[in-house]
Amino acid sequence: MVRYLTQRFITLIPMLIGISIMVFGAIRLVPGDFITAQLGTEAGMLSDTQRASLEAYYGLDVPPVEQYFSWMGNVLTGNLGMSIRQGRPVVDLIIDRFPATLELAIISVIIALLIGIPMGILSAIYRNSALDIFARLFAMVGLSIPNFLLGTLIIFVLSVYFGILPTSGNYVDLTEDLSLNLQQMIFPALALGTSFASSVMRMTRSSMLEVMSEDYIRTARSKGLHERIVLQRHALKNAMIPVVTLVGIEFGYLLGGAFIVEQIFAIPGIGRLLINAITQRDYALVQGVTLFIAVNFVVINLIVDFAYTLLDPRVTYDGR
Amino acid sequence: MKKLTTLILVLLVVLVAVPFTSAQDNTLILGRAVDATGLDPHTQTAFASLRLLELIYEPLVTTDQDLNLIPVLATDWSFSDDGLTLTFNLREGVTFHDGSAFTAEDVIATFERILDEETASAAATNYASIESMEAPDDLTVVFTLSTPDAPIVSAMASTNAVILSSDVIASEDPALVTVGTGPFMLENWTPDDSTSLTANPDWWGEGPFVDGIEIRIIPDEASILAALRAGTIDFALLNDPLVATLLIGDDSIDLYRTPTLSYNVLQLRAAVEPLDILEVRQAISCAIDRQEVIDTAALGEGVVTGPLTMASFALPTDELFCYEKNLDMARELLATAGMEDGFTLPVIVANAEPPTASSIAQNIQSQLAEIGITVEIESLEFGTYVDRWLGGDFTAAVALNGGRIDPYTMYSRYWQVDARFQETAGYLDDTLDQLMKAGQAETDEAARYEIFAEFQQHLAETSPWIWLYSGYTYTAAQPYVTGWTPNASDALYFLSAVQVDK
Repeated sequence: MVRYLTQRFITLIPMLIGISIMVFGAIRLVPGDFITAQLGTEAGMLSDTQRASLEAYYGLDVPPVEQYFSWMGNVLTGNLGMSIRQGRPVVDLIIDRFPATLELAIISVIIALLIGIPMGILSAIYRNSALDIFARLFAMVGLSIPNFLLGTLIIFVLSVYFGILPTSGNYVDLTEDLSLNLQQMIFPALALGTSFASSVMRMTRSSMLEVMSEDYIRTARSKGLHERIVLQRHALKNAMIPVVTLVGIEFGYLLGGAFIVEQIFAIPGIGRLLINAITQRDYALVQGVTLFIAVNFVVINLIVDFAYTLLDPRVTYDGR
Repeated sequence: MKKLTTLILVLLVVLVAVPFTSAQDNTLILGRAVDATGLDPHTQTAFASLRLLELIYEPLVTTDQDLNLIPVLATDWSFSDDGLTLTFNLREGVTFHDGSAFTAEDVIATFERILDEETASAAATNYASIESMEAPDDLTVVFTLSTPDAPIVSAMASTNAVILSSDVIASEDPALVTVGTGPFMLENWTPDDSTSLTANPDWWGEGPFVDGIEIRIIPDEASILAALRAGTIDFALLNDPLVATLLIGDDSIDLYRTPTLSYNVLQLRAAVEPLDILEVRQAISCAIDRQEVIDTAALGEGVVTGPLTMASFALPTDELFCYEKNLDMARELLATAGMEDGFTLPVIVANAEPPTASSIAQNIQSQLAEIGITVEIESLEFGTYVDRWLGGDFTAAVALNGGRIDPYTMYSRYWQVDARFQETAGYLDDTLDQLMKAGQAETDEAARYEIFAEFQQHLAETSPWIWLYSGYTYTAAQPYVTGWTPNASDALYFLSAVQVDK
């Protein structure tokens, strides 16, 4: 176990270095720079001296290679640099924005699980019934509608026809006002959770169907066990392994920020932070946020791998 | 267990059902899509920044609803007979937000800062004719100019020329310390989220009548509209005609439409073949029905315009070359140029900047197809677009360019020798250069009108660019917001006169 963990962590290092180089290079390959992003076409009105003075002011006059190494040096000490747009440490901005993203991700997962798992189970048990057909239809629709369209539709319907959704652009932290916070979170979470629920439902259904045809289920039944016990103890637990993987990966994505949904619903999360950082060519912020998202994703995958051991005792990471 | 479930259910119902009550006082809540990019008024050029800074800072002069110059920190001004000396009398009893008095010293320090290359003010070229400044007394400033420069006063009606405190200039960074003389004081700015302003109790003018302004950034304009309808914001700035027009006929929200000085244009670069041939450019001009562009790209929200958009100088479009679509003439012109078989015209366009840009390009594509010109649209992210636009790295571009209240200030960067945007303009001739020079020096209004009338006709005839239309900017307000007068220069300065009575 310890050996496996160490191995996983060692493979992390080259991966993160690779990511850091890619991120650092990619944002610089994008045409335009912070000054053009700030000034737009007016940047062309600057004389050479004026431009040089601005570059020096924002610390952009250092050669890129030097910038990379000083950035990496800082990253190793936990300092992700300063956002030139906002004049604040990148770490502070991430800490500010991450709770909203985390909360949105958690609520979306809860919605997805509450809808997806029961629906998947019922659908598998009552295969080809009206319920199954409805559930499959729901899954198809849920997967086909992109969440940005669903988000816009939700805003449109709720605000125009019902006059609710009064909270755009005035995000309230959950520690400030839980009720208001939940009102703001529920609809974006629904927009994200619906398609997620659809994939959870489909995965649960197919996985349940597969498990139900296994020999040990037949054995359990022939032992005379109550059908409920068979389903709960024998079928469901085994059927959940692929679902856990799915939820883990999807949760990792969500923690990277739901870019479009955060943008539509004006939720100040990681996704919106990154979008703004990119359009403004705020290099340090883009690098810091992307690195954070990458680390998040990798760590979640690691956690998912370990969750298998809890669900299926046959899976171990001890040396043979 | 059952009790617990019931309790949770009841709690949930209460949570969701608790009505959202905005216990706001007399603060105006303003929604807009884009936030300021910074706080230094002399270096910020983004419209979004100017809209915030003009609430905090004041220039010497500004423009009223009809774009006439009106005094702000100056009470009056005059040129000497030779046009080389410009004298401003300053307003008495004005104080900065930090309590210090506003004097001529602040004006001089401000313009010294703008002209200092270290400051990197993109607007500095507008004031380049300032040779020296002096203050005979605390409330008088005399500018000595190197050349007669009539448009300099209207160029000062700009947020890029607002007066900063000389103390702040000397010892602070104005990007971080915001001390102005304006009707509102900055309390807190959280970029891309919200901004709070409080009313300046010592403001010299009448007002403000609200306790403050809270600006909320709602990135999607459709969501701004939703917030307006839901009543959670009092006032909104909208740019997308497709969104704003949804409010037409809605009695519960007041929509204000203001024609803008900026213009949508198809920029041709005459430096590139075959656009170097006059007849080819003219053919393109004759083949485009500009009203059709407005109708398809902007739902009819705009007015056909020539090169000048300000009412005081704009010629009626029927006095300009080929403003009536004429396909026969277009084909004839192409034939004269030996291009009767047509050609391929690559056009760059920024996606969503403005929201109508791509639709404009598509409409032009279909119109030019009628004379055999194949338009290839290249849609670019805004930053990339700006880079290529500035570098003159394109054949043709659909652009939304900013306007100014004075034609010289508006076009000096494009149409004269050594103009900063000569590469982007892609065309110049002696007539244009001479007209611009004459327009800068002439102080007589009637004579200036004649100069710029010829300027417009010459541009339309040589067709280096195909001017299309000016759109509107929109402000929308709840009916209980009164006293708002929208302004063609988009300025929010006059929010100082607004009252909120919920």
